[in-house]
Amino acid sequence: MSTAAPHALADVTASDSTLRRFLHGLPGVDAVGLEARAASLGTRSIKTTAKAYAIDLAISMVDLTTLEGADTPGKVRALGAKAVHPDPIDRTTPATAAVCVYPDMVATAKAAVAGSSVKVASVATAFPAGRAPLSVKLADVREAIAAGADEIDMVIDRGAFLAGHYLKVHEEIVAVKEACGAARLKVIFETGELSTYDNIRRASWLGMLAGADFIKTSTGKVAVNATPANTLLMLEAVRDFRAQTGVQVGVKPAGGIRTTKDAIKFLVLVNETAGEDWLDNHWFRFGASSLLNDLLMQRQKLATGRYSGPDYVTVD
Amino acid sequence: MSDRLSVFKTYKLYVGGKFPRSESGRVYEVTDAKGKWLANAPLSSRKDARDAVVAARKAFGAWSGATAYNRGQVLYRVAEMLEGRKSQFVHEVADAEGLSKSKAAAQVEATIDRWVWYAGWTDKIAQVVGGGNPVAGPYFNLSSPEPTGVVAVLAPQESSFLGLVSVVAPVIATGNTAVVVASERAPLPALSLAEVLATSDVPGGVVNVLSGRTAEIATPLAAHQDVNAIDLAGADDVLAKELEIAAADNLKRVLRPQPVDDWSATPGIDRMTAFLETKTVWHPTGSLGASGSSY
Repeated sequence: MSTAAPHALADVTASDSTLRRFLHGLPGVDAVGLEARAASLGTRSIKTTAKAYAIDLAISMVDLTTLEGADTPGKVRALGAKAVHPDPIDRTTPATAAVCVYPDMVATAKAAVAGSSVKVASVATAFPAGRAPLSVKLADVREAIAAGADEIDMVIDRGAFLAGHYLKVHEEIVAVKEACGAARLKVIFETGELSTYDNIRRASWLGMLAGADFIKTSTGKVAVNATPANTLLMLEAVRDFRAQTGVQVGVKPAGGIRTTKDAIKFLVLVNETAGEDWLDNHWFRFGASSLLNDLLMQRQKLATGRYSGPDYVTVD
Repeated sequence: MSDRLSVFKTYKLYVGGKFPRSESGRVYEVTDAKGKWLANAPLSSRKDARDAVVAARKAFGAWSGATAYNRGQVLYRVAEMLEGRKSQFVHEVADAEGLSKSKAAAQVEATIDRWVWYAGWTDKIAQVVGGGNPVAGPYFNLSSPEPTGVVAVLAPQESSFLGLVSVVAPVIATGNTAVVVASERAPLPALSLAEVLATSDVPGGVVNVLSGRTAEIATPLAAHQDVNAIDLAGADDVLAKELEIAAADNLKRVLRPQPVDDWSATPGIDRMTAFLETKTVWHPTGSLGASGSSY
């Protein structure tokens, strides 16, 4: 994965004005059409074996997240254990993709998932507001990497983005990407704060030009989080980006996805928009906490034919 | 003859305080005792049962946590509302059970009295089946009845209103929440009762009413891992046996169907205690005081 802008679009990041010209030259988003498309794809009926496949795929795509001020090492260890064996009474259940924690909990999480396929992701760069000097953000990232994080979830400076300082945002992402080294970088746009679909499309391209490995909708800390429409928009962006540059970028909707039904709707969006190449936890993730329990209850229902209940999954 | 077109009522389910149609979109014809068409009632599917359990589970915390006195007041309010709509219920019960107006009126009055009877029990049952236990030591030992949780109730098939209330009221009086499967042949009084519950102070989800084929709805309820108890009053022998087997899987409390000749007889407290669990706690009086006294 290169850290510089891909060749085909290398020149657009040369200066603030070329970058602005490029981002504002992206076609405007047809908001009504986008929402109608997302809604119509949400009506697909996924049943029986397809549902079982979708549930297992969704479980394997979960970034099991705890981002609370009250996180304790014990809670993080419990989360790690759950990520490795989501359903202890059914070992055929796949492990989740990663656990996602604050930087100071990375070492604890790393120890909890040691020896498994589960990765440790850490939010960094003054999450969730991103209001800190660049040097502090970079130190935040380096600490997380030093503690063993496999993935970094950074937030962009929404203030700078909304003020039109695109190059500043770009340079910040490039600097963080450099600090990440081999770790994969997820760039959070906080779509709920970007106001318009046009801005989400611009932010997506900006993030990808700056070398993001994943683009992620939101922090889960504001009122509007991942919606089918904004995720569809970002999936279109990664599809078009790969068509132009040959570089594949992942997508991670986060926040507000709580039910199996919702998760399957997102998987339909992925398949119909970006395509099968993205139906893998290397390229698509769910940032979620309560979603996993619902997926497990649905999985138990499919396996036994009986409706399950919250007594049969962990209380997180 | 008037040239006014009469407005027919769309009977709907009652789930989580709302009146949805069946998820399946199906309905079935409800007839009176002589086979004359009365209305279409929703034909619930297992997914409606699933949704009702979710609603009942959600309502359980607040309802079981409400004070017994408060539950009594709320249930009494239901009786007040029933009284105000007596004529509608007389009409529906007369149609459903083929009774004369005066016999149906007697049934409805007995039903309202039954509701008041159970409303009175909410804050008295604990004295009867709980209390302090004598122990040899510096402790208190207290037993208190606690609600079981979400109870699936198969309403009696024949007594469409008095029988219904006689099985639903004891379940909720003690703090359980209920998923009620109405009488298959005569569901209309149950669906109208839901309208009364919605306009009294009973929180949404405490009682959920489903109409349709009893066997179809009861089977997933009996196997459901998040249902804590099931009252089989409305199941025949064959179905009751099947449901009891399915219910054994998560150790549900099962109340087997018991023949009831006369629903208007004084019911006793058995239907309440069937869905209560006794919690016993040891409470040290403690010798904490500097003087060695507990106090």
